[in-house]
Amino acid sequence: MKKLINSPETVLDDALSGMAAAHPGLRVDTEARVITRASGTRPGKVAVVSGGGSGHEPLHGGFVGAGMLAAACPGEVFTSPVPDQIVAAARAADAGAGVLFVVKNYTGDVLNFQVAAELAEDDGIRVETVLVDDDVAVRDSTHTAGRRGTGATLFVEKIAGALAEQGADLAAVAKAARAVNGASRSFAVALTSCTTPAAGRPGFELPDDEIEVGVGIHGEPGRRREKMRPAREIVATALDAVLEDQPLAAGDETLVLVNGLGGTPLIELYVVYKEVADALAERGVRIARRLVGNYVTSLDMAGVSLTLCRTDTDMLALWDAPVDTPALHWG
Amino acid sequence: MDISLARSWVQAVAAAVDEQKDQLTQLDSAIGDADHGANMHRGFSAVLDVLDGQEPATVGDVLVKTGSTLVSKVGGASGPLYGSVFRAIGKKLDEPTAGTREFADALAAGLENLQRLGAAAPGDKTMVDAYGPALEAFLRIADADGGFAEAAAAAADAAEEGMRATTPLQARKGRASYLGTRSVGHQDPGATSTALVFRALADTAAAAAAQ
Repeated sequence: MKKLINSPETVLDDALSGMAAAHPGLRVDTEARVITRASGTRPGKVAVVSGGGSGHEPLHGGFVGAGMLAAACPGEVFTSPVPDQIVAAARAADAGAGVLFVVKNYTGDVLNFQVAAELAEDDGIRVETVLVDDDVAVRDSTHTAGRRGTGATLFVEKIAGALAEQGADLAAVAKAARAVNGASRSFAVALTSCTTPAAGRPGFELPDDEIEVGVGIHGEPGRRREKMRPAREIVATALDAVLEDQPLAAGDETLVLVNGLGGTPLIELYVVYKEVADALAERGVRIARRLVGNYVTSLDMAGVSLTLCRTDTDMLALWDAPVDTPALHWG
Repeated sequence: MDISLARSWVQAVAAAVDEQKDQLTQLDSAIGDADHGANMHRGFSAVLDVLDGQEPATVGDVLVKTGSTLVSKVGGASGPLYGSVFRAIGKKLDEPTAGTREFADALAAGLENLQRLGAAAPGDKTMVDAYGPALEAFLRIADADGGFAEAAAAAADAAEEGMRATTPLQARKGRASYLGTRSVGHQDPGATSTALVFRALADTAAAAAAQ
């Protein structure tokens, strides 16, 4: 393992200290491991709070700021935050109008946020939770823990954050967040495994000429292993999986996220985007807005995830609303 | 089971986790996200620190404290799951000592909590597949009026057998379930750490009985 770290045990604390130093717009409580806006939450505004394991940067800390998250709580690498930490985030972010927890559907995240929600409510904080489960690589059945939450988390956080900024109440923000999740589907392919600092070696061995198809964001193996092939064919596999689960017809509008998993250069992500754009144009589906880059990563994993969200005018207006965070900024 | 045995049980779990953390992580990297060893080690190290300065009045004090510390230090799925198990066991043992029978009931409460929280059934390739057989074995000895050390030894054996039996199963809960049939052929890391917990109980009970 060759990483720019001091020690596997101090990675998270060191990174949080660095984040605090790099972004004056954020307030980073390195003790409680909570990231909030330096300006706090406007009184009476709903606070959108998200968290999960570290290693997915810029998710979630990079999305704290005006128009998006009120607070983030990063757990250890690939490990969900603990309830105390989540409650600390809720307390720091709540401005009297309640808190929306955005939780990716992984057993650990679900359990810890559930416990935290109960504790926060005991403290008099109103809490709603939206579960993100967009990954079509996982069949939603009694034989699994349900679909994973991946790239759609970004869409949910942006759109819920924008609605909260406009002063909508907690129920309305939660409803919009669930609608975004319901309209989003993702699929990911890995070209390499990734190395967690604590383990010190790759999660799985992957020969040079093979890829893992249908991976999540934790370095876990995917659904199956296939031979490496041109980007066009890999994109076709991912897009077919997404569209099979949620068909998009000619005239439909979509948000597209072509997301790097941490170890893929932008040149390759643009190659992927071209293939996605061509394939959707062929079907008459309009790409209303798009993001190409590293947003929901898996440490140093090479690979890409594709997320599509069927959108409408209201959703688009919220997407376009101003956002000012370290990793997302416009308007 | 008395306060001192409860304390040495938890210390023995911490020592076993320290020794086996690489193996737990290796098992987890095959079908999960390679953090189980590090997480368990972080949790039980914190438990040792917390218990160090304590003068517990009951067996339950030791175990509830252990569970609460795990919940607040571990994260992931193993934090709340192990945390709630130790808390549930501890809550049933509100006395300075507990007999084999009472401890069996407490273990049963632990399993009930584990299954309620994790929604896992036997055969899902989880901690339950080690815990369930261990509890059954413990109960069997308790029902036959056997001693604590004997019951704990039987439980540890059964947990290890259950742990090994997870290898051919397809995971239906937790991170490993995302692999579908590819999870087959790997021993479950959660069942493995559960077997460590019961082996630690058997070893400390045997040591105490020998004194």
